Amino acid sequence: MAVSVDIEKKLHGFTLKVKLESDGSPMGILGASGSGKSMTLRCIAGIQTPDSGRIVVNDKVLFDSEKKINLKPQERKVGYLFQNYALFPTMTVEKNIACGYRGDKKHFKAKVADYIERYQLNGLEKRYPGQLSGGQQQRVALARMMIGEPEVILLDEPFSALDGYLKDIMQRDMQNFLNEYTGDMILVTHSRDEAYKFCGHLTILDSGQALTTGETKKLFERPGILQAARLTGCKNFSTVQKMGKHSIYAVDWDLMLQTEDVVPDDVTHVGIRGHWMKGASEGGENHMEVEVVEYIETTFEHQYLLKNKKGGDCQPVWWMCPKGNFEEDPHAKVPKYIHFPEEHLMLLKEAK
Amino acid sequence: MSEFLAEINWSPLWISLKTGFAATVIAFFLGIFFARLVMKMKPVSRGILDGILTMPLVLPPTVAGFILLLLFSLRRPFGAFLLDNFDIKIVQTWKGCVIAASVIAFPLMYRNARAAFEQVDVNLIAAGKTLGMSDRRIFWTVVMPTAGPGIASGTVLAFARAIGEYGATSMLAGNILGKTRTVSVAIASETAAGNYGMAGFWVVVILIISFVIVAAINIVSGKGMKRGRWM
Repeated sequence: MAVSVDIEKKLHGFTLKVKLESDGSPMGILGASGSGKSMTLRCIAGIQTPDSGRIVVNDKVLFDSEKKINLKPQERKVGYLFQNYALFPTMTVEKNIACGYRGDKKHFKAKVADYIERYQLNGLEKRYPGQLSGGQQQRVALARMMIGEPEVILLDEPFSALDGYLKDIMQRDMQNFLNEYTGDMILVTHSRDEAYKFCGHLTILDSGQALTTGETKKLFERPGILQAARLTGCKNFSTVQKMGKHSIYAVDWDLMLQTEDVVPDDVTHVGIRGHWMKGASEGGENHMEVEVVEYIETTFEHQYLLKNKKGGDCQPVWWMCPKGNFEEDPHAKVPKYIHFPEEHLMLLKEAK
Repeated sequence: MSEFLAEINWSPLWISLKTGFAATVIAFFLGIFFARLVMKMKPVSRGILDGILTMPLVLPPTVAGFILLLLFSLRRPFGAFLLDNFDIKIVQTWKGCVIAASVIAFPLMYRNARAAFEQVDVNLIAAGKTLGMSDRRIFWTVVMPTAGPGIASGTVLAFARAIGEYGATSMLAGNILGKTRTVSVAIASETAAGNYGMAGFWVVVILIISFVIVAAINIVSGKGMKRGRWM
């Protein structure tokens, strides 16, 4: 089971240039809207044609610009789950699912009935998509895609139109259905949480360029590239000067920092996630004396914008501190010092 | 009253209806064909072809009639060619009625079909493709039903326009009672001859037919609108 993609396509404003290799574990593409994520999926499915490159799924060449191979989407066996599900509005649930069936006629009826059962759509067979809830629509779309037994499935922002409670339920549903699936999966999203939840591997895309790729956890820990770190949700960055093998000077914070990692020569920035910083009452290595500039209260967190007490044109940093309960006084929790643990410092390069 | 009715030669009504049906069938298929063709084209060529196809809607029908006459006249190359090789005569025949009505009704069908197709979510077509459905199956089972209401109203409007066509018909097909005299041609010639009673009768017939058609579209398309009223 493997998907290999290496394509280029000129788009409005930028050139999409993506290289992807998946090895069977769910692969995610994380990027801001307009970064070319959906276009990448469309090229794999054959709905759009890249200008050049190669797309191979399980040793079958779907597209090769040099050899002039470009299989029609119908011949690719690539399932595509659209953001709005793209259910056929004039067909019933049953007919929608039947549209995805590719096998021989003998098993047609039994297979459709089986998928209706499997995706918990009993009793809804004769309904039209417009009469279904969002969750039911998603299950119909999944059943319609899966009945054709695709070799790869592509999920295009499957949850971004949903909110809160329903989103949680549908994500869990989806995970259960996908557990049975043995083929490859590529999920496109702008949400780092979805990427983290669903994908063992991740590629981070920015303005059509794949910034970095790797195991999701490692990528969140050490993104390596400034823009990639930003897309994984990190908020605190400073430009740096290398001072030694394990030490840097964070210019924007006016702070000397010791790092666990060896500082590379081409380092341009340091980053730290607000959740990993710790409050402290006494100073020391990697500690900064701070004052509060701004405070935001979210449901389960205090978020403080802290600034180096030395003054000057220092940039503030966000510190996220979990709440003990809803009543506690945020001022009581303001620390005198903030600690930047050396194992959580991300040494970064700015991509051009 | 019964004497008046007994005197009437009903042939203009039958000719109008026959012409209307034939022209609608032609406009239906050509309209859908060209709507699909134009949508696949690049912007510049699309604009040019769209302009040409819409012409009959904005030009006076007499201009269309004149051009058709130039084309099909037996003294012109194409008209003579048709007569010599296929024994087909268009000018002053019922075929002329149908061609004139088709040309005038065509833009209504074409434009409505195109607007209806443009409303269809392109992701539906893309989804059909990834599911392995053939392009033809996608068109007939996904696009056409989704575009259904727009296609239906285009068809009915084309029919209404076709049965009422006067300018191009009278120029190309003339005014031969029992052959090419349609209701609208009859109204003009009865009025010119001072037979206001007869002309008035045909006017009422046309009014009734047109009203029934428009009301029918409203009722049928209104069924699709489940969500509330406008404002």
